[in-house]
Amino acid sequence: MPKKSVYKAEIEYLQVMDEQGVIDAAQSRNTLSDEEILELFKFMQQCRQLDEIAFKLQRSGRMGTYPQNKGQEAAAIGTAYAAKKGQDFLVPCYRENAALFMHGLPMHYVLLHWMGDERGNQIPEGVQQLPLCIPIGTQMLHATGIAWAFKMRKEPKVALTYFGDGATSEGDFHEAMNFASVFQVPCVFICQNNQWAISVPRETQMRSKTVAQKALAYEMPTYQVDGNDLLGVYKIAKECIDRARGGGGPSFIEAVTYRLADHTTADDARRYRDQKEVDAWLGRDPLIRLRKYLETKDLWDETKQKAAEERNKAIVAEVVKTAEGIEKPSFDDIFDFTFAALNPELEKQKRTARTSSLGQDPTQVGLASGEPVHQ
Amino acid sequence: MPRTDVMKQKGLTLVDAINEALEQEMHRDSRVVLLGEDVGANGGVFRVTEGLQKIFGKDRVIDTPLAESGIMGTAIGLAMAGMRPIPEIQFDGFLGPAYDQLTNHAARYRTRTRGAITIPLTVRVPVGGGIHAPELHSDSPEAIYAHTPGLKVVMPCTPVDAKGLLTSAIRDPDPVVFFEPKRVYRSFREEVPEEEYTIPIGHAKVVSEGTDLTVITWGASVFECLAAIDKLPEDVSVELIDLRTIYPIDLDTIVQSVQKTGRCVIVHEAPKTSGFGAEISSLIQEHCFLNLKAPVQRVAGFDTVMPYYKLELDYLPDSKRIAESVTQTLAY
Ligand SMILES: Cc1ncc(C[n+]2csc(CCOP(=O)(O)OP(=O)(O)O)c2C)c(N)n1
Ligand SMILES: [Mg+2]
Repeated sequence: MPKKSVYKAEIEYLQVMDEQGVIDAAQSRNTLSDEEILELFKFMQQCRQLDEIAFKLQRSGRMGTYPQNKGQEAAAIGTAYAAKKGQDFLVPCYRENAALFMHGLPMHYVLLHWMGDERGNQIPEGVQQLPLCIPIGTQMLHATGIAWAFKMRKEPKVALTYFGDGATSEGDFHEAMNFASVFQVPCVFICQNNQWAISVPRETQMRSKTVAQKALAYEMPTYQVDGNDLLGVYKIAKECIDRARGGGGPSFIEAVTYRLADHTTADDARRYRDQKEVDAWLGRDPLIRLRKYLETKDLWDETKQKAAEERNKAIVAEVVKTAEGIEKPSFDDIFDFTFAALNPELEKQKRTARTSSLGQDPTQVGLASGEPVHQ
Repeated sequence: MPRTDVMKQKGLTLVDAINEALEQEMHRDSRVVLLGEDVGANGGVFRVTEGLQKIFGKDRVIDTPLAESGIMGTAIGLAMAGMRPIPEIQFDGFLGPAYDQLTNHAARYRTRTRGAITIPLTVRVPVGGGIHAPELHSDSPEAIYAHTPGLKVVMPCTPVDAKGLLTSAIRDPDPVVFFEPKRVYRSFREEVPEEEYTIPIGHAKVVSEGTDLTVITWGASVFECLAAIDKLPEDVSVELIDLRTIYPIDLDTIVQSVQKTGRCVIVHEAPKTSGFGAEISSLIQEHCFLNLKAPVQRVAGFDTVMPYYKLELDYLPDSKRIAESVTQTLAY
């Protein structure tokens, strides 16, 4: 019997606005209006300012380790803008702050998180998102479950989950993709392929030519897009989100972008990557092309830029003030969220600040009062 | 790698000592390979494997995909097939995805094949709190693995012990979980013999001898205990034991000491309930009942999730809490 082909596939790469800010007219139809582009550009600048200041906070010892988002904002904003704030649900890792802010997370929450304060994870009522996720590649399963619940309850909501190229090596990633596919849940998987997982380049991380092709195994619509192209990202995200909302199941987006900064402030990328590679990507920064575009449309100029910079500085200074103005969490915080209600042992540990039984029960050592020794 | 001038003059850090042990074992035994996330070109996020890929090449110091189950599971396969793999799990909290492979497979193969298949691997894991790291970068899960039959669990806290114990772990015919207290990675230097040597697994170390009370601890807490002892009046004579190996436990050293002192305080970072202190306390009760002058005390982490770093120092047993417990136990 002659052999026959049982599976053929192709993955398209989309770019709507190139590095020079030039738009492909046919592709840009039904994407973003100039007014929207302008607003999103301003927002992106604000997020960049926060990112730069967060870096400086770490360097000056006012914050712990921080992973810069610099250069990846278009992937975050393009996808988040395509989703409905307060309705759709975001499940992040840690390199899409802009998406979280866009959907209502106050900026100082992210600073609090990296300042080692769990209140940065206490997502405000009504904000539809999970906190930052430190263990790599684990959160996509939660997104799948959340989307599954939407489907069970027939709610017109979509879950969006973000992760890096490295995360697609974890087993949990594949389990999430398979579950999402098998149960056809309204989940959009967004891989920010920034070419590096700490010191491991994408080509060492996987032999696959694209990350997008991993979704083929799960029979998911899958796309590769210039992740630094706001319009391209938005266009594909909108299509995926609309389909999911309409009952068409999950999709996969590989946003091809680049980590312009070190992995985190604890990292020194000069140890393992060539500065030439970084330099080449600097010109593909999403902010540069958006500005070029807006300038040709007479919507932006140096005066507006100066004014925006001043405004962003003031906004971010205020955010830092808020974060730093929050007093240290109390000792009780260590205990109070362990369960809905504390059990007697935890209650005792909290009250005495002790685990040693004599310290917990001073009557045993003849301290008549029975009061805890610790003040 | 030749020792640097600083190493020659001031000694080695914990990181230097582990690095040297790895290098020497790799020279000695071509079956030894290192694998993990960022261990190659980057030399590990703590630089513990710094320089080793340059010496031994990418086939022996291997940057793997980002997958802990993958790292552990394939290390098991490598070990079965005659290699001596040393997987690194980047942080304590990321043992999670590797847990099944480590406990259900590495730990059980010898038993379930009646010795036909063995798993000589050494899992290196930075462990413990106190460095202001993000979430899941500060846990102390040693009791979980000590509770897993088939695994040996080691946690040295000095450069000399680390080098000798790591060498033993690599040469051991069974899986060893080698915990490295990251808070101590670069906190001090000491003179370490340049030639290779072993320190047997399963032997505790009496750090300082004493007659009034025994303090038993391991990992970074050893230094908190030393600070606590400094706080006590001079006439109080404390015997400090650094367990070094969690499992198999050195019962003799513990029993000898507590039979002498009659009082014991156990200190660890991990949560109190079902922490390894519970096991030690129970053993003391079984073996030293008639010698005890006071109930055995545990100064441990609270039974909570390890808090984010703003509160981590409130969580970790510090010299003050330890000293208070010692004082109360002495006064009992
Ligand atoms: C389960 C787990 N393993 C290891 C780590 C340590 N780690 C933190 S970030 C990272 C690389 C992540 O790369 P990628 O998924 O590409 O995301 P990026 O940081 O590039 O945005 C690693 C290995 C972790 N946080 N979680
Ligand atoms: Mg990446």
